[in-house]
Amino acid sequence: MKVTFPHMGNQYVATKVLLDELGVENIIPPECSNDTLNIGTHHSPESICLPLKVNIGNYVESIRQGADTIVLTGSCGPCRFGYYTILQKEIMKAIGHENIRFILLDPPQGDYKSFFNSVFQLTNTKNPYKIGKALMKATRILYLLDAMEDYSYYKRPRQKKRGEVDIYCDQFHKNVRNLKGYRDVSKLIMNTINSLKKVEEHSQCQVIKIGIVGEIYTIIEPFVNLSIEKKLGDMGVEINKSLKISKWLTEHLYLQPLKLTGEKKIQKLAKPYLKTMIGGHARETIGHAVDYAKKGYDGVIQIYPFTCMPEIVAQSILPTVEKDFDIPYLCLIVDEMTGEAGYTTRLEAFVDLLIRRKEMRINEELLSGN
Amino acid sequence: MTVKIGIPRGLWFYDYYPLWKTFYESLGAEVIVSDITNKVILDQGVRNTVDEACLPVKIFHGHVLNLKDRVDYIFVPKMMSVYKNEYICPKFCGLPEMVQHSIPNLPPLIDTEINFNKSRKSLMKTVFSFGSYVTKNPIKIRNAYLKALEEYYQYKEHMKNGYIPINGIYEEKEQIPHINYRRRIAVIGHTYHIYDSYGSMNLIKKLKQQAIDVVIPEMIDMKTINDLANSLEKKMFWSYGRKILGAALHYTENKEIDGIIYISSFGCGIDSVIEDIFERWSRRSGMPFLLLTIDEHTGEAGVNTRLEAFIDMIDWRSSNEGNLSTHG
Repeated sequence: MKVTFPHMGNQYVATKVLLDELGVENIIPPECSNDTLNIGTHHSPESICLPLKVNIGNYVESIRQGADTIVLTGSCGPCRFGYYTILQKEIMKAIGHENIRFILLDPPQGDYKSFFNSVFQLTNTKNPYKIGKALMKATRILYLLDAMEDYSYYKRPRQKKRGEVDIYCDQFHKNVRNLKGYRDVSKLIMNTINSLKKVEEHSQCQVIKIGIVGEIYTIIEPFVNLSIEKKLGDMGVEINKSLKISKWLTEHLYLQPLKLTGEKKIQKLAKPYLKTMIGGHARETIGHAVDYAKKGYDGVIQIYPFTCMPEIVAQSILPTVEKDFDIPYLCLIVDEMTGEAGYTTRLEAFVDLLIRRKEMRINEELLSGN
Repeated sequence: MTVKIGIPRGLWFYDYYPLWKTFYESLGAEVIVSDITNKVILDQGVRNTVDEACLPVKIFHGHVLNLKDRVDYIFVPKMMSVYKNEYICPKFCGLPEMVQHSIPNLPPLIDTEINFNKSRKSLMKTVFSFGSYVTKNPIKIRNAYLKALEEYYQYKEHMKNGYIPINGIYEEKEQIPHINYRRRIAVIGHTYHIYDSYGSMNLIKKLKQQAIDVVIPEMIDMKTINDLANSLEKKMFWSYGRKILGAALHYTENKEIDGIIYISSFGCGIDSVIEDIFERWSRRSGMPFLLLTIDEHTGEAGVNTRLEAFIDMIDWRSSNEGNLSTHG
């Protein structure tokens, strides 16, 4: 059994550790590229959202490398991610990969027997201790990865030599594919964090802060959002992503079955604008936008895949947040037709606006401060 | 003074209109329904909604604008879920907020939450909170609700018997001319696509003029649909989706129809999944299938041409081909 799974930012590192620790042979899909997207677009329904198209491309490319089993996860609505598993299965069948095995990890919704059956199928063991241990290790890796990412967001706008941070990050992604198991991977992450810490900083630089909100996949996967963290980082912007896989996993895997939530504060902030959850991350999008505004960020950028239903609702509400808190807001919608030049131009214009705003505010303070 | 309540003629209107109208009227309120969808309503809606929203949501915004200055309350309930473990589209769930933030200076909205995802225990509480906009008398509300429910069942029964409620008004029996239909085509899609004559460009009327009998998912017994939908590998968690997929299974199995026309709006998230699965199934079973995707730019001439071609194709198929494939 050679297991493969879809890409989503750094998540592949943790999934690899999880499967390695369980002794399951796995194949990491090649890094997302235009080829991946072309394959996906060719086989997927026309108006489905972008994540599904990229996922299909990932599977096909992995199968070419010898994978024979695909792990899929899903949810139970109301966003269409809930029906991804079934649709992807249908599509793979239509392409002609009929003998590929699927392991669907949907939330149980009362049917625990078949859920655990799929878990056992994947893990090749029925020992709950072993599974739990591997899961803990993978979770720890996720937290380390997110810490590393945060470091790179902090350093990128401040680095003295342009591109230094990217060198370390690229090196990490190159090396991690050859490693196996928790020990080696965590060591590599720690090493990368240490080298990032040593990156020399500019002594005087004005750093703009932007909060990124929107749909989780497009925020996290650099191929889909055209490496927004690199683009903004090079323009001298420190970013903060509202959603992280580590937080998402803790929320959905550990807290939600116990009817707990770590997002109380965000939900409360979103309440005046959106009373209930409406699927996807619409409520979080609004909550985090308010949160960023309160924390004194200079701007908010929303990214979502074309036709994403929950984010459309959020998009129609965010202009009110923009007005209420006086924080500039930019909406970027991505799909397979997104052109990089136009995208960069919009980002540059937005950042210029934020810099100008900041300068004006400082000047005002100088003038009015006697 | 009677309270004036405006009901926009859009989205769930086509499913529940008699229920709400009777409910508020027997409570003593005056119910005003917005005009039948027309160009002005569509244009106003398009102008006041985010570009990314789908056509029915834009039309709905137009209807709200149409009512804005002539009512005390606008009826925009927050429809989260009407069956256990099921939802309605996320845009429905966030509709009151969408309307509120897109259109300035609105009269107060009746935006009570309808959520039976966990259980139906809160049903009567929800009904009372809907009624409380007109009266505080619980007995009156309860009676009004029961009366409305009766009306609603009757409406559903009518639909099952073949009356198609175009624009929410179903034709009386006398008005349906008795002709021998030559073909029977199923028109599938969300109720707010099919029954909105402007949005669907009079599709049903056009078909009937060509002596084609139209069947709709509402004509299938609800129990049959539910049983068929339960046979799916994963539970369909959209109520609209469940109805459509159940109908798809029913039609492809029974072969009592000559073809299927699916109306979908551009950018509809539910249809991007459902329509694809539907199309795969009907292809597999050899059923002719036409997908009409509509948005605010769709030209009527193009739709007519495609419709004619589709009907011609079905005619040829039965007269010349005998279901043999053309390439031997």
